[in-house]
Amino acid sequence: MTKETRKHRVLIAKPGLDGHDRGAKYIARTLRDAGFEVVYTGIRRTPEEIAAAAVQEDVAAIGLSSLSGAHLRLFPAVVEALRKVAAPDIPVLGGGVIPEEDFTVLKEAGIAEIFTPGTPVEKIIAAFSDACEAHYQKRNIG
Amino acid sequence: MTSIAELIAGIKNGEPRAIGRAISIVEDGGVHGHSILAALDVERIEAATVVGLTGPPGAGKSTLTNQLIAHYRSQGKRIGIIAIDPSSPISGGALLGDRIRMMAHAPDQHVVVRSMATRGRLGGLCAAAGAAVRVMAGSGCNIVIIETVGVGQSEMDIVRLADITALVLAPGLGDDIQAMKAGLLEVADILVVNKADCPGAESLAMDLDGVVRERQKAPDNLIPKVCMTVASEGKGIGELAEEIARLDAACRASARHLLRRRQSQHLEILDWAMEMLRPRLLELISSETDDPVSDPRVKAMEILKKIN
Repeated sequence: MTKETRKHRVLIAKPGLDGHDRGAKYIARTLRDAGFEVVYTGIRRTPEEIAAAAVQEDVAAIGLSSLSGAHLRLFPAVVEALRKVAAPDIPVLGGGVIPEEDFTVLKEAGIAEIFTPGTPVEKIIAAFSDACEAHYQKRNIG
Repeated sequence: MTSIAELIAGIKNGEPRAIGRAISIVEDGGVHGHSILAALDVERIEAATVVGLTGPPGAGKSTLTNQLIAHYRSQGKRIGIIAIDPSSPISGGALLGDRIRMMAHAPDQHVVVRSMATRGRLGGLCAAAGAAVRVMAGSGCNIVIIETVGVGQSEMDIVRLADITALVLAPGLGDDIQAMKAGLLEVADILVVNKADCPGAESLAMDLDGVVRERQKAPDNLIPKVCMTVASEGKGIGELAEEIARLDAACRASARHLLRRRQSQHLEILDWAMEMLRPRLLELISSETDDPVSDPRVKAMEILKKIN
């Protein structure tokens, strides 16, 4: 009847106590300008809050930003929180000041992509777009 | 969830994943949208109170919503929130930021928040707002609050969708009262002066009292009230919630509630019918030989005759 009008819906969040949200806001705006519907949840969120919001908002991907060095604990904690709310299928992407030696640990913990200050913005947009498309394939209904 | 039946059962059980999924399917025009909407619990939808919060950007709608959530939760009520922000006319994307002020309630399973983008729709709502209200009510929400985009003068769609509409204003936003006089002020059920601790709040309340007095022709129990709130400090929230409850009870006791819901349904059906007709009309228009001199209105008449 009505034609399908799907938009990529993503959630951009900052877990933990780090209040530096310039990067997160920049990515949120960039994705908005690339046609995404971006739910931004603000600074200082717990992994549980982020997971609950992602489920309610039915986003196809989550982007986390961390500039404080706590990514090794906080990014996997969001993956774990998603598992607890029966949403392990929602992909988590992470960005911020992340040393290369941490990449392997994060990927093993389920972080789909990692972006650092040097990552070209086109690459970030493409990664979110791919993550959303892959998520739609995995989803059973709709 | 592997089937549409499970999804529908999930909504009835108030499962966040099922509710979130269902709203997306309906909003995106997915193939299962109709069967989901048709299966919702009609009694729950009828019992739920739909509250509209509207007002100019920055008046404090989201902060007020957050306080209302806390208030209703303390009464043990399950509450749904639909927070609408504008889509970009250029990229079609949107930044949905109303949730920031409500994040403390995120892990509470009885607070269902959904951010929605207008997706090109004018009037302060998005096309799927009505459907989202029904999914939330069908999941057992006793109250569903719809927070409109920040509005100007004529975004009045909320008045027809909500049972009770509160117009949220704040002092210091300029002399917008004059501009709004022939609009929302005439049709809102409750007028809220938020940021009531700021300079100018008293005189704003007095202006609004004047507007209210001009509306004396309303039945006694439905005359709008001016509520003073300081949402950031939680002041005046109980009084506002009481006023919402009082009006809702008064509307339900009279024919007004049913009348409003029926009108709302008719207008939403009209919206959807127009939306479904649109592709066919566009096709007819573009298939007509190009004739730049013919009058658009005359042409429209000709095309409508073809559809009959």
